[in-house]
Amino acid sequence: MKWFQRKAYPDFWKNYTDSFKAKQNDLKTTRFVVFDTETTGLNPKVDKILSIGTVAVSNFSIDVADSLECYVIQENFNADTVPIHGILKEGNITKITEEEAIIQFLNHIKNAVLIAHHANFDIQMINEALHRLGLPKLKNKVLDTGVLYKKTKYVNRNNFYSLDELCEIFKITKHDRHTASGDAFLTALIFLKILSLLKRKNSKLQLKHLFTWI
Amino acid sequence: MKNTIAQRILDFLKDFPPFDLLSHEELLSISSQVKVLYFEKNDFVFEEKEEVHDFFYVVKDGAIGIYKDSQLVDKCDEGDIFGLRAVVRKDQYLLNARAIEESIIYSISSLALKEIINHNSKFNQFLIESFATNTRNPYSNEQKDTLFTNENFLNPNSTNFTEVQSANFSKNPIVCSKDTSIQEASIIMSNNKVGSIVIIEENKPIGIVTDKDIRNKVATGNIRISENITSIMSFPVITFSPNITVSEAQIGMLKNDISHLCITEDGTTETKLIGILSDHDIIVIHGNNPSVLIKEIKRAKTADELKFIREKAQVLLQNYIEQAIPISFVANIISAINEAITKRIIDLSLLELKSPPTTFSWLAIGSQGRKEQLLLTDQDNALVFDDVEPTNIEEVRTYFLTLAKSINHKLNIVGFEYCPAEMMTSNPKWCLSLTEWKNQFTNWITKPNEDKIMLCTIFFDYDMTYGNKELVSQMSESIFDAISKYEIFLNYLGLNAIKNPPPLSFFRNFLVEDSGEHKDLFDIKARAIMPLVDAARLLILYHKLKDFNNTISRFDKLKEIEPQNKDLFDSCINAFKVFLRFRTQQGLHNNDSGRFIQIQKLSKAERLKLKGSFKAVKDIQELIRVRFKLSQIM
Repeated sequence: MKWFQRKAYPDFWKNYTDSFKAKQNDLKTTRFVVFDTETTGLNPKVDKILSIGTVAVSNFSIDVADSLECYVIQENFNADTVPIHGILKEGNITKITEEEAIIQFLNHIKNAVLIAHHANFDIQMINEALHRLGLPKLKNKVLDTGVLYKKTKYVNRNNFYSLDELCEIFKITKHDRHTASGDAFLTALIFLKILSLLKRKNSKLQLKHLFTWI
Repeated sequence: MKNTIAQRILDFLKDFPPFDLLSHEELLSISSQVKVLYFEKNDFVFEEKEEVHDFFYVVKDGAIGIYKDSQLVDKCDEGDIFGLRAVVRKDQYLLNARAIEESIIYSISSLALKEIINHNSKFNQFLIESFATNTRNPYSNEQKDTLFTNENFLNPNSTNFTEVQSANFSKNPIVCSKDTSIQEASIIMSNNKVGSIVIIEENKPIGIVTDKDIRNKVATGNIRISENITSIMSFPVITFSPNITVSEAQIGMLKNDISHLCITEDGTTETKLIGILSDHDIIVIHGNNPSVLIKEIKRAKTADELKFIREKAQVLLQNYIEQAIPISFVANIISAINEAITKRIIDLSLLELKSPPTTFSWLAIGSQGRKEQLLLTDQDNALVFDDVEPTNIEEVRTYFLTLAKSINHKLNIVGFEYCPAEMMTSNPKWCLSLTEWKNQFTNWITKPNEDKIMLCTIFFDYDMTYGNKELVSQMSESIFDAISKYEIFLNYLGLNAIKNPPPLSFFRNFLVEDSGEHKDLFDIKARAIMPLVDAARLLILYHKLKDFNNTISRFDKLKEIEPQNKDLFDSCINAFKVFLRFRTQQGLHNNDSGRFIQIQKLSKAERLKLKGSFKAVKDIQELIRVRFKLSQIM
């Protein structure tokens, strides 16, 4: 009966899409996954993912146990970006294939709301990797901490805030900057602080408010 | 698998007790299960009577206040743990925890904790300690605090110092049995060219006879040489084990006022005598010992010689501190040396002048008067001379001022800086006749103001260094007379004693000096030591007790008089010792008065120790506030 299906997807993708049957509406119980990717460059069409780092946030707390950190084996290697992320082609860190990384990532994120700083870029990088595996795009809802910060209206300019600037503003000590996990952790702290600011403005803050202008 | 976030959390936790007791694997396992929470100012982490969470908490950034009702009882900042008790006891929270400022908190699951408790006995010990200290004896103990056993600063490995070398005792002690006559024993001593003989029974030491006993008891004709040696022996003997160190030996001799120690197999009188250690053996080991220094002081001819000796005393002090020798003992020795130096200087200055026109007393005041001055600080002194005919008084005063100038100058050469506030005898205000002093004290007591109270806190702690004791005792009586006629004075003194409340914690700006030369430094004198000194003085005056001029002996006496407050006074003594040791350490380290401490340079354990000691200060101030009804007059 398989020909009735438009296309046969692997099990991990089915598990991933199945997870969306459960709806997330409550801000307190919603699982957010904050993530960051380190890449060989800034062009999603050409460049590849070097590493993915994530950490989950639920019930207003960062759950370090619910996190993922993986490094991807490279075929093409762009030496120019090494000084930024510090990941060499042959390092001593255990590395996995891009496919394995994507499988682990989907297994981990499930139906969580994804959060990233400059989220568009990271999502595009993942989607390109999915495309290479012949899979559709991510189905998750996405929030960008840069955009969220502007919602707090504690802002007096309209352009985008860099991760470094937000760390300054929120007095977060920067560690492990430019590692995927390190940046994901910083982004998660920023997300907690933004949530707290938004709750202060609106004591009945709900999940849907995060996706609309309040 | 690499876990950057857990590693980062581990790097933070590993410096703080009790996490420093954990192995890398244990800590990594805890770190990878941490939940990170964020609290806005005034947010509650937990509230009283709330069911216990499955977590305990560590402050990462910011500060969490622990409140009983709305009263702040403790403040937790970077690295501090809270909410642990409820987790272990599995009951409700008894206190409120609320963010004093915006804070990031690590929460650690009770399951992770359980795992560690079962496998790490040191960590377990820490928990027991911290609960014990929170419930029954919430005060830091100066010496044996197992919380800090992993800290080197309490047990320095200072084998470079002769002080901790094994004392090289005589392995072939000269002995005799208890049936020996004095004459026979003397012949044995003389043949062996020794100054002492140990009387033994079944190889165990039962007594000792020294040259001094023979001189004092026999040569005087009191006891005949034919009598049994036991009639003049000192007993029981003081015994030590063979691994005795030089400093232990010195302490043993000074404490018991003896010159010979017996070395037995296990350090008790019940085992075989294997050697004898005399004060001479110790002098041979090294010259920097207090009794040698005092002898040198007595022989010194100039202030420069005394300066040299005082520098040796400084080395001695440093060794004592590094060996964690009880601070009250160290204070006694250093005070004795300072006193001997001052006496010698007075002698030297008197030689330069014609003899004094009347009797006088030289008084050490302030910390010197309390015998609590370990470091070379400012000189604080005063002089009282006997009453003379009013027509002569200025002439007499001029003599003593000339004398004082010479003494102050020599003390300055030795290293005691001139007092910037001129609390010195060469200041005519503090070179007075007995009646002038009495009138002055009465004036301070009956017409107090802030300045006079301040003077009382300095001048009421006096100790006679030199001269006529009778003058000093009359001065003391005038103080008690005036106070008994004007008791409200004690309330003023009480207000002064509680004006510097102890700091609750160690990171916030209000705890350090916020302006001036010592900005951002913690003033251990004003905020920790003086509150205890002031409290002890006040309570001693309240009980009208004379001749207790030292903070520790004051609290000791207070324990006798107010047994109901024994625990509190004990804790004050402990806290005072902790502070005094801290100040001395700091001073030796920075070569200054040790008064101002850079908080950032303290280890977390040192901070905790100080913090624990502040509880005593807080409690004694509360007692004073209640006893003298100070809340009504504030």
